[in-house]
Amino acid sequence: MANLTRADVEHVAHLARLGLTEDELARFEGQLNHILDQYAVLASLDTEHIAPTAQTIELANNLRDDVVQPSLPVEDALANAPERSGDHFLVPAIIGGGGGA
Amino acid sequence: MADLTRLRAHEMAALLRARQVSSRALTEAHLAAAERQNRALNAWLVIGRAEALAQADAADKRIAEARREGPAVLAALHPLCGVPIGLKDLISVKGGQATAGSKILAGYIAPFDSTVAARLRAAGAVILGKTNMDEFAMGSSTEHSAYGPTANPWDLTRVPGGSSGGSAAAVAAYNVPVAVGTDTGGSIRQPASMCGVVGVRPTYGRVSRYGIVAFASSLDQIGPFARDTRDAATLLHTLAGRDERDATSAPVPVPEELLHLPAGDDEAASYLKGRRLALPREYFVDGMEPGVAARVREAVAAMAAAGATVEEVSLPHTHYGLAAYYIIAPAEASSNLARYDGVKYGYSDRSSGEYIADYLRTRGAGFGPEVKRRIVLGTYALSAGYYDAYYLKAQKVRTLIKADFDAVWEAGFDAICAPVSPTVAFPLGARVEDPVAMYLSDACTLPVNMAGLPGMSIPAGLSDGLPVGLQIIGAPWSELSMLRLARAYEGITARAPWRAFEPAELKLTDDPTTPGPIERKERHNLGAPAAGPGARA
Repeated sequence: MANLTRADVEHVAHLARLGLTEDELARFEGQLNHILDQYAVLASLDTEHIAPTAQTIELANNLRDDVVQPSLPVEDALANAPERSGDHFLVPAIIGGGGGA
Repeated sequence: MADLTRLRAHEMAALLRARQVSSRALTEAHLAAAERQNRALNAWLVIGRAEALAQADAADKRIAEARREGPAVLAALHPLCGVPIGLKDLISVKGGQATAGSKILAGYIAPFDSTVAARLRAAGAVILGKTNMDEFAMGSSTEHSAYGPTANPWDLTRVPGGSSGGSAAAVAAYNVPVAVGTDTGGSIRQPASMCGVVGVRPTYGRVSRYGIVAFASSLDQIGPFARDTRDAATLLHTLAGRDERDATSAPVPVPEELLHLPAGDDEAASYLKGRRLALPREYFVDGMEPGVAARVREAVAAMAAAGATVEEVSLPHTHYGLAAYYIIAPAEASSNLARYDGVKYGYSDRSSGEYIADYLRTRGAGFGPEVKRRIVLGTYALSAGYYDAYYLKAQKVRTLIKADFDAVWEAGFDAICAPVSPTVAFPLGARVEDPVAMYLSDACTLPVNMAGLPGMSIPAGLSDGLPVGLQIIGAPWSELSMLRLARAYEGITARAPWRAFEPAELKLTDDPTTPGPIERKERHNLGAPAAGPGARA
């Protein structure tokens, strides 16, 4: 099984858009490796011919009638938004780098 | 009248119908207890006095109208009408907070009712407030709450279990007769066990999850806490059933008999005759406290003496459950928690003006340490190159764990009896910096979630003066027979001396000079109290 380096923790945290402090990176590296050590037990189990289980109740096509129903009103949906612009969520600028793009 | 907070919900229902008490009086009594004890217990993140009293008055009006319309209408009134209830603070109640124990949801106001809240409103239940929990339900002690830990009313220096520790402690301390929690790996059963109350995790798909904050979507279920099986069954009946707003809620009928578990102890006990109970040897794990194992074996022996057959069975893949669970749950969590981006709702740091930097800061400051650990673990387990070794492997192990249980049902057993937690409630701070030690306290509960089964904890006596729970696990959709078995066990132990014990430190919680768990935590220097976004004034 793999061993997580500090750089790995930093990389994965960045993938998850999680800003970690220096202190957290140091602490998590040890703790996460301790947790990964517990996973090693799984390698001893032969699962080559076992199908994976994603859900436990065999429920398929749980449909409802296709009837128009009221949606959440726009004002209610926006009520918790940190910033809004008219009837929209205000999203920080994503394209063009700096804040002004 | 004697202390109204000592009543069970079904006793309240009878008194309300007989005009011997009003919902307002019940609600006032429970509000007073909750407000008085919250400094010492920190079981509640919010107590909604005004809203609760308004709901109580509405319930009193409904009861009066029903009485005018005649005995049949009065009898048909919902059994929880006018009864106070607590909800874990990840359940949306329109117009109220739903922090999920996290700073990232501080200030969030739910714009709609969850289906369970809507069903409780329709029943006329009185929502007293929202209970404390481990952040995003990730934890086994309620210490991972961003709003400070909850104390156990049996010993204020110990944890109540988790993640639904606030709901369990509130029911144990007579703040409410019933409460709602969620169970992803044991988060109802384990705190129920540690606080000496009844807690039920229903079959996956039994209760709609519309409007609850998601943790691990293939494992999460909502369920009841109560001080006896009859109240737990009544609340389960209220919560359960197909909901078109949750495609994972199953179109399986909810048995009406849940509302009518036997009142008489002897009648209840007779259900044990001829039942076949399985005792899985793998659940008596290394590190299990002898007192816990002893109480569970005594409970099973008592059921055998009352007419049940008990046979030892093997669930051979139990040993792999912990590792598989702690891959699947963090993987699903890392995906579910991607929604906290500081755009639609929740804490948002836009101070740098640079998109990625603000994103990192928002989530870095908004989430607590255990949530961060699990997001990193889950992201890692799902990332390129590791998916097969971790996530896919864990899903295959899940198949094997489920097959272990299937074999028990196919062999004709009615239920499995097991310990809930390997230990009684542990001291505050003992495991908070050791994630693996914390995870081990779910070893006997999480296989049930992996297999999607119903399971429950029922008080089975004390060890070292602290409660021990007996776990009863059923086949899918067998909640009624599981609760009948639990009711039978209640019946045969009705006169056991420990049944009369109240939480040992309840008196201390009434004393305004008793330090609360947040002060204790600071005193023991176990980490800084909640600070930053959403820290409570």
